[in-house]
Amino acid sequence: MEKTQNNKAWFLVLPVLVIVAFSAVIPLMTVVNYSVNDTFGNNEFFWAGLEWFDEMVHSSRLHEALGRQTLFSAIILAIEVPLGIFVALNMPKKGFWASLVLVLMALPLLIPFNVVGTIWQIFGRTDIGLLGRGLKALGLDYNYTSDPLDAWITVIVMDVWHWTSLVALLCYAGLQSIPQAYYQAARIDQASRWAVFRYIELPKMKGVLLIAVLLRFMDSFMIYTEPFVVTGGGPGNSTTFLSIDLVKMAVGQFDLGPAAAFSIMYFLVILLVSWVFYTVMTNLDRSQTDIPEAM
Amino acid sequence: MRIKTPTVVMVLYLLFLMLPIYWLVNMSLKTNAEITGTFSLYPHELTLRNYRVILTDPSWYMGYVNSIIYVVMNTVISVAVALPAAYAFSRYSFMGDKHLFFWLLTNRMSPPAVFALPFFQLYSSVGLFDTHIAVALAHCLFNVPLAVWILEGFMRGVPKEIDETAYIDGYSFPRFFVRIFMPLIASGIGVAAFFCFMFSWVELLLSRTLTSVNAKPIAATMTRTVSASGMDWGVLAAAGVLTIIPGALVIWFVRNYIAKGFALGRV
Repeated sequence: MEKTQNNKAWFLVLPVLVIVAFSAVIPLMTVVNYSVNDTFGNNEFFWAGLEWFDEMVHSSRLHEALGRQTLFSAIILAIEVPLGIFVALNMPKKGFWASLVLVLMALPLLIPFNVVGTIWQIFGRTDIGLLGRGLKALGLDYNYTSDPLDAWITVIVMDVWHWTSLVALLCYAGLQSIPQAYYQAARIDQASRWAVFRYIELPKMKGVLLIAVLLRFMDSFMIYTEPFVVTGGGPGNSTTFLSIDLVKMAVGQFDLGPAAAFSIMYFLVILLVSWVFYTVMTNLDRSQTDIPEAM
Repeated sequence: MRIKTPTVVMVLYLLFLMLPIYWLVNMSLKTNAEITGTFSLYPHELTLRNYRVILTDPSWYMGYVNSIIYVVMNTVISVAVALPAAYAFSRYSFMGDKHLFFWLLTNRMSPPAVFALPFFQLYSSVGLFDTHIAVALAHCLFNVPLAVWILEGFMRGVPKEIDETAYIDGYSFPRFFVRIFMPLIASGIGVAAFFCFMFSWVELLLSRTLTSVNAKPIAATMTRTVSASGMDWGVLAAAGVLTIIPGALVIWFVRNYIAKGFALGRV
């Protein structure tokens, strides 16, 4: 749609700016302040320059948390995206069943994060949980509170349980927009199931898949509540992801300077990746809307 | 009758989704003795005692009341400020609009953990700590951008000719907006409100940091089921089930827009 040039539109955006300035800009400036100052209490601050950034860049604690976080996000994406596409391809297309499946699938998405944690904490317990009891009955030595590998598996399965539906729902929305004529043409050409997926369905899903990957990357990169409730970051530090480490540092130990420097770098990493995705997304939007006009 | 593969896949996937939830519901209907003592797939002694504990103890049910108060406040604020902004983004191009739109999105992407401490200090210094409005404003951090994006997606679908015709007919902007435009995007407003409600409801980190007693959300209350006599699993499970219900009740109405909402209006 052609948009009118009008700078008065700023007045309409003003309320949003005021609210977001209060809830985002002021706190963020506080963080920036802390990151370049040192304090010995009593609200007295001393200029510390980039000292904290220097310390954090070389901190092995941060490196380990970042490594775990990256690994976690990578595993999550590698499982959830293909599984989500696969589920979307198998969802019923219309009628009552389609609605019911949609609602059931969305259910995990609407559960408070800590309740998700609680559900899996209970479900995985070897004494009272179905999963833990079941695995033990199969003769597996499963215990997520003492074995780091089991803890990782539990946290990953939990995230797959929690968020795969999001990927599936987005892909499903993309699939719904494919006209029946495309499938008919493919049938006339005797295209294989794989060819239909590769040349019809996948290109049509590109836009939504990008959003799905972006959302899953962001949200898994700042995951806090769910693993915190299930494992508390343990055993040891094995499931201490960036946010858990940050909260431990800022609220637990009250190391304001390092925590603030940590925050800013953390924020910048997410911002950078999001910006790349956003640019690709808007370019894709544009190229997709251009096609009908050209035809 | 031959059973089709898609059906098998969906049944397996839904089973995977429902089992943990079933287990929670199952536990919430058991006595603690049955939970820890015997291992049973369904409650042998059906009891509503766990729910009774929550619904009769103010320190429990006030958690729900607090959560609902700040969630509703947040939803109202977010949608109210997002409506004009989304209209501006969908209809006009103005200086810096693209940058502003992306900047809004970055707020949805900022880790709440980064904001926990500054929020605590900001709201303490203005005397809002442990009030409902503090949590409501804090959640605006991610809900206002969300509402703007969703509403913009819906508004783009309304032809601009409608605006122009209304202005020719002599409507002023506020009157046009409330009388003509808002009814046209009523479903969009509903979806935006639903998602603001949902994301504020599921968030724990900020709401826990900003409250202590008076505005403590149910999610934070749930962490105190450890008592002297051991863990009260039944009550914990019942509290969990009660937090799932609000979402489960309203999701049917927005089922066709779920993807659009989660994708920030971009589908």
